[in-house]
Amino acid sequence: MSRNNGSGFRVGDYGLVIVLFAMLAFFTVYAPNFMQFSNFFNVSRQIAVLGIVSVGMTIVLICGGIDLSLGYHISLANVLCAWLMVKGGISPLYAAAIILVMGVCLGLLNGFIIVKTGVAPLIVTLAMLNILNGVSFTISKGVPIFGFPRSFSILGQGNLFRTVPYSLLIMLAVFLVGSIILKKTYFGRYFYAIGSNEEAAKLSGINTPRIKMLAYGICGFLASLGGLVMLSRTNSGLSTNGAGFEFNVITACVLGGVSANGGRGTVFGALVGVLIVGFLDNGLLLMNVSSYPQLIIKGVLMLCAVVYDTMSIRKSESIRRMAAIDADNIG
Amino acid sequence: MSEFILEMQKITKLYPGVKALDNVTLQFRPGEVHALVGENGAGKSTLIKTASGAIEPTGGRIVVGGCSHPALTPTESAENGSAVGYQEFTLVPVMTAAANICLGKYIRRGPFCDFRAMNRQAAALFKRLNIDIDPEAEVSTLTTGYQQIVEIAKAVASNPKILIMDEPSAPLTTNEVDSMLDIVRMLKREGVAVIYITHRMDEIFQIADRVSVLRDGQYIATKTIAETNKEDLIRLLVGRSLKETFPERPASDGEVVLELDNVTGNGVKNVSFSLRKGEILGLGGLVGAGRTELAALIFGNAEVRSGEMRLHGKPLRPKTPGDAISRGISLVPEDRKTQGLLLNMTVSENITVASVRKLSNRSFLNARSEEAFTQKQIDNLNIKTPSSRQLARNLSGGNQQKVVLGKWLGTDPDILIFDEPTRGIDVGAKQEIYRLMSAIARSGKSILMISSEMEELLGMSDRVVVLSKGRVTGILDKADFSQEKVMKYAVEGHNVAK
Repeated sequence: MSRNNGSGFRVGDYGLVIVLFAMLAFFTVYAPNFMQFSNFFNVSRQIAVLGIVSVGMTIVLICGGIDLSLGYHISLANVLCAWLMVKGGISPLYAAAIILVMGVCLGLLNGFIIVKTGVAPLIVTLAMLNILNGVSFTISKGVPIFGFPRSFSILGQGNLFRTVPYSLLIMLAVFLVGSIILKKTYFGRYFYAIGSNEEAAKLSGINTPRIKMLAYGICGFLASLGGLVMLSRTNSGLSTNGAGFEFNVITACVLGGVSANGGRGTVFGALVGVLIVGFLDNGLLLMNVSSYPQLIIKGVLMLCAVVYDTMSIRKSESIRRMAAIDADNIG
Repeated sequence: MSEFILEMQKITKLYPGVKALDNVTLQFRPGEVHALVGENGAGKSTLIKTASGAIEPTGGRIVVGGCSHPALTPTESAENGSAVGYQEFTLVPVMTAAANICLGKYIRRGPFCDFRAMNRQAAALFKRLNIDIDPEAEVSTLTTGYQQIVEIAKAVASNPKILIMDEPSAPLTTNEVDSMLDIVRMLKREGVAVIYITHRMDEIFQIADRVSVLRDGQYIATKTIAETNKEDLIRLLVGRSLKETFPERPASDGEVVLELDNVTGNGVKNVSFSLRKGEILGLGGLVGAGRTELAALIFGNAEVRSGEMRLHGKPLRPKTPGDAISRGISLVPEDRKTQGLLLNMTVSENITVASVRKLSNRSFLNARSEEAFTQKQIDNLNIKTPSSRQLARNLSGGNQQKVVLGKWLGTDPDILIFDEPTRGIDVGAKQEIYRLMSAIARSGKSILMISSEMEELLGMSDRVVVLSKGRVTGILDKADFSQEKVMKYAVEGHNVAK
């Protein structure tokens, strides 16, 4: 707990877990049917996509970037996969493979433009958001595409041993791999280094353009994977499926202590953020709160998270700074 | 009214676990340049922040303008005529010099800014201060030295009665320091009390009337310049006797390691010189002479347009810093905070960042070898840090510089480029850096050292290459070293400012 840096535990992490449990306790009391196994698996199916995609966003944010095109990337993955299976008659497995490759390519394209032109990631991915939205509407013409082979629904609706949703397992696997990449690999360390100080990272011999493209590539891959899981659950390819999804993803990441300024955050934190957002949605729904007040609550939550994050960093840093100066004088 | 314009009485400032200031009492007279010295962490910054109202002291009184306050707010401080020229620039780079100087006090005509009036006002101020800067020049286009002068002018613009200057000379070259000192002398004649913080001893003896020493948050002594000297001050500063000396090294006559032949690009023109094994080659010149730019060419951070570089006789054409590092070249950059360190990452992560891939097993990190690697550098360089897990931002300047150095020594380079190796580092730590550089050279590595501090340049180097406007204007052997010669070459092709 004494460290407050990229690859370690954040001060906010424990506090966040407490917030999560407090929220669970609240909904257990006030939301009917909240504390039930069936509801938990129901929630896990709903948050699987959010979880998968948030790992990608976490990596990009740690690198000091952002990917706003995520939401419509998910939409495009939805629509294109549906189109390939229904109109193209391609088997689910091949269609999924094509979508995943497309995801990597789109992510790399984002990264390529960002590193080659130096335009701010916010702007590049904002433009990409519109492009992807346009492409997905061009393909779908705004109408839902459905009628997939039955086997495709396993991904989003199937259960292992008839209880544990596959989508939950995929999400957990993504978190595990994401955590290993960030904590245990040298390029994970590079992500933090670039987000912490890109110039210093470059002058330390890190191939910053390549590493940043890698981050966007991973993010693109996970967006497409999320899109596939979502399509399999909803059984219908629709261009509006992913609209605004990036907001939920960023909320979850920032709630989980991933710094929007780069260089800090963990996959574990993002997971806690995802659980908070997921259970909040579910609990409010069970309490019959309509979706508009939900938006307000989520917005306020995100604001609180960012403010708390910034304040706690400032405070802990000034304390440790004095401690270090002390050690320096004594030592 | 007392003879003092500002009195700090028994100021104490406590932070959790440490006394940043302990019962410090200081008095400042109008028309006096009062130098404030102390090693990093001695409490100078805390003290001036107390005076400027940026922080609230835990105990003590501040007497200013005849009133005694337990603490000041920034507004109160400004109303009493205090102004601060900060160490870290507070200029807006995309605005003009004039707009920066008037920042917050814009001259308006109705709802609109009257830029013409502001330009006139700035021009008049520059003229009064005898500095040659175009008020309409955008600050980002000025050299670091000129930016610092604008910063000082901005502080002077409010016609302060008390001017606090926090290491104003750090980014300045000798010439610019002289014009800055002229400004200080002028303000002094006008009756301004100048509180002058610096690490540079020679400036104190050029400009100050009195000097106060702080150490570890405690007041040590105040002396008039006449009753003290450099050795005496350094002894008070560090609490032990320490001469600012440069370690002796045997003359190097090893084989040539790096050769530059008519290298052009990145603002550098037709530069040729050679660097020998075990040699410290100094690069002198004014700020903006192309020294840092030359280093970028060698380090692969900029493109060579024509000419050739040879390393161990083989062509050297690094496209990225990574290429240069793999050929055994390192760069300790000019600005630790923005170029050298990952401030929010640990000491360990900083020291291993250039070697972490080699320390990894396939793609996976090896915590044990990283720790051993870090510990070796911490021990070798005597880095003072509570642990290898401490954040780099929390170390003092000298220790931060050692962290950057440790990062490079870990890659076992043949050539180390030091860009202003001791900027913003206190006297004690400076000595350590000099000793380390000497040891590195003696171990058979070669050093290319960019320095704007004349003593350091001449004291450390075996030979000095002087650049002016991107060209080599002179190469001096140790026997020919003199400040006058370096300056003569450094200003060649310049119409000296003023």
